[in-house]
Amino acid sequence: MDALLQFLLSGVTVGAVYALVALGFTIIYNASDVVNFAQGEFVMLGGMITVFTYQAGLPLPLAAVLAIAITSLVGVALNKLALEPARGAPVVSLIIITIGASIFIRGAAQLIFDKQLHRFPSFSGDQPIHILGATLVPQSLWVIGGAVLVFIGLWLFFTKTLTGKAVLATANNRLAAQLVGINTGWIMTLSFALSAAIGALAGVLVTPITLVGYDVGVGLALKGFAAAMLGGMGNPKGALVGGIALGLLEALTAGYLSSQYKDAVAFIVILAVLFVMPQGLFGKSTTERV
Amino acid sequence: MKLFMTTAVSALTVLGGTAAMADIKLGASVSASGPAAFLGDPEAKTIEMMVDQINEEGGINGEKIDLVLYDDGGDPNKARTFATRLVEDDEVVAIIGGSTTGTTMSILSVAEDAEVPFISLAGAIQIIDPVHKWVFKTPHTDRMACEKIFSDMQKKGITKIGMISGTDGFGASMQAQCKDVAPKYAIEILSDETYGPQDADMTPQLTKIRNTQGVQAILNPGFGQGPAIVTRNKAQLGIDLPLYESHGVASDGFIELAGAAAAEGVRLPGTALLVASILPESDPQKPVVTAYKAAYEAKYGETVSTFGGYAHDAVDLMSHAMKTGGNDPAAIRDALEATQGYVGTTGIYSFSPEDHLGLDLSAFKMLEIHDGGWTLID
Repeated sequence: MDALLQFLLSGVTVGAVYALVALGFTIIYNASDVVNFAQGEFVMLGGMITVFTYQAGLPLPLAAVLAIAITSLVGVALNKLALEPARGAPVVSLIIITIGASIFIRGAAQLIFDKQLHRFPSFSGDQPIHILGATLVPQSLWVIGGAVLVFIGLWLFFTKTLTGKAVLATANNRLAAQLVGINTGWIMTLSFALSAAIGALAGVLVTPITLVGYDVGVGLALKGFAAAMLGGMGNPKGALVGGIALGLLEALTAGYLSSQYKDAVAFIVILAVLFVMPQGLFGKSTTERV
Repeated sequence: MKLFMTTAVSALTVLGGTAAMADIKLGASVSASGPAAFLGDPEAKTIEMMVDQINEEGGINGEKIDLVLYDDGGDPNKARTFATRLVEDDEVVAIIGGSTTGTTMSILSVAEDAEVPFISLAGAIQIIDPVHKWVFKTPHTDRMACEKIFSDMQKKGITKIGMISGTDGFGASMQAQCKDVAPKYAIEILSDETYGPQDADMTPQLTKIRNTQGVQAILNPGFGQGPAIVTRNKAQLGIDLPLYESHGVASDGFIELAGAAAAEGVRLPGTALLVASILPESDPQKPVVTAYKAAYEAKYGETVSTFGGYAHDAVDLMSHAMKTGGNDPAAIRDALEATQGYVGTTGIYSFSPEDHLGLDLSAFKMLEIHDGGWTLID
């Protein structure tokens, strides 16, 4: 029984990491239909910048805020320098541009920072919390809390604010959005800044658990992307549920079946879900809402 | 890339400018960038530093070593291209390099065809077993690490263990070697778990190992962040079993990532280089590792790694062989194979026609982490 609970806690912890990364995909996708494959690099930058500013002597909260701010600027620069010049290009070309950007950011991080793995202290210590014989590190609660808060924030943003609706309108039909007076260029800049900030926040929260190095972005982006696809691309609820579901699947497979098949089982389930529901678990509601 | 360009260009100007035909040309191809940069970066730096040192001290029998260094980025195809360029265009008399097993295998076939002596810096046992006439290597093998760990377990009376291995190249290779050699030490592997190299949490696997009846110790072959997370997770779960890590994480960085509290009592096989300061004065390796560590850290301002040590031994072995072999590849090879009792940073090498690694288990020191630092067990 305590084993099952341990598997569930592990699954929720890992799932919250995936969910945070998946949530970062939503805004850019909603604004432009582009799946931003540099999203993992935003997570990496959030972690790396925090590590290095913290080592330079800044207090941890300030280092984290600085990392989020700088990463947002990187996001804006990515939009201005790489995506805006190719505005007329089809979505597939834009997605390929983000893959190129991710390789570039990874290379730059390797030169600017270093090639080693890093970590900074957990926010609330490392003393594990015991729940009915299973354990959880306090940082997991930060990650889970962060994922839930970002989810609520995004949900409010897209349903309750005019700017959020403008983002959705821009994705739906850029020309029509312009005609009703939406500054689509600004919306794109905003969506990249917000996505990068969410990515960096994820990096700050997960680094004490997953550790950070210049190349961790690829793996995180892959799992985050899988989670977002499972839940339904572009829907914050889908990202949250998809992430947690993926984490639980992996943990339960590792626990009860075999850790060798952990990733395989997770991806087979995703394929099966997408076969029945090509839009993902919650994908349909997004298209209806717009 | 810049590194290799400047080296290559300066090598060319030296050649063209002074017509120093008597110089001994040494080729190198390491993975100074790319995914294996943690191996190749300290190796490239060490090779350059060592060659400079040898030249400043007057070279080999009065002749300077002319180094041609390429960065293959960890790509076996590039390594093959550079190896071909080294033997055909640069006309080197010996090659050092191959940071990974993949790049080594590429260079190996070129070196064998061209009949040029080659010292590899990669771990796999396949490089020297079966013996290739022209190929040697300095790092110990995964199998030796397993044997060192198992012999320590035997001393502590441990016979039943659980294994949790990374699925990356390093972890998978060592997992296979350990499983293969375990019966020799009467070790029974009751639980065999794995994790992906980027996984964030291994508590399910560790819970399974804990719940397996009779497990007396946990062995974690792996590299990178995995072992640090396994160590933290084991502390989180409060599992009270001895934990053995591999030589892949034998660095101060591991203690930092895992945290001194979680890493307390972790045992792993490491080289003398890692514990240079606590080696007894009587240890024959003490002067070698202290000198290399001091020179490297003074020049580059970063801590030495085991991998740089592999390159140190390769350059040193090669330059000794060049003293007898001069400019003739075949003579250098014969001199290498005749090397006996050479003391390097990794161990004491004695090559023979049947053994192109030349190390035994004494090359590994069993280390235990205590109070955030290393202690010697034997």
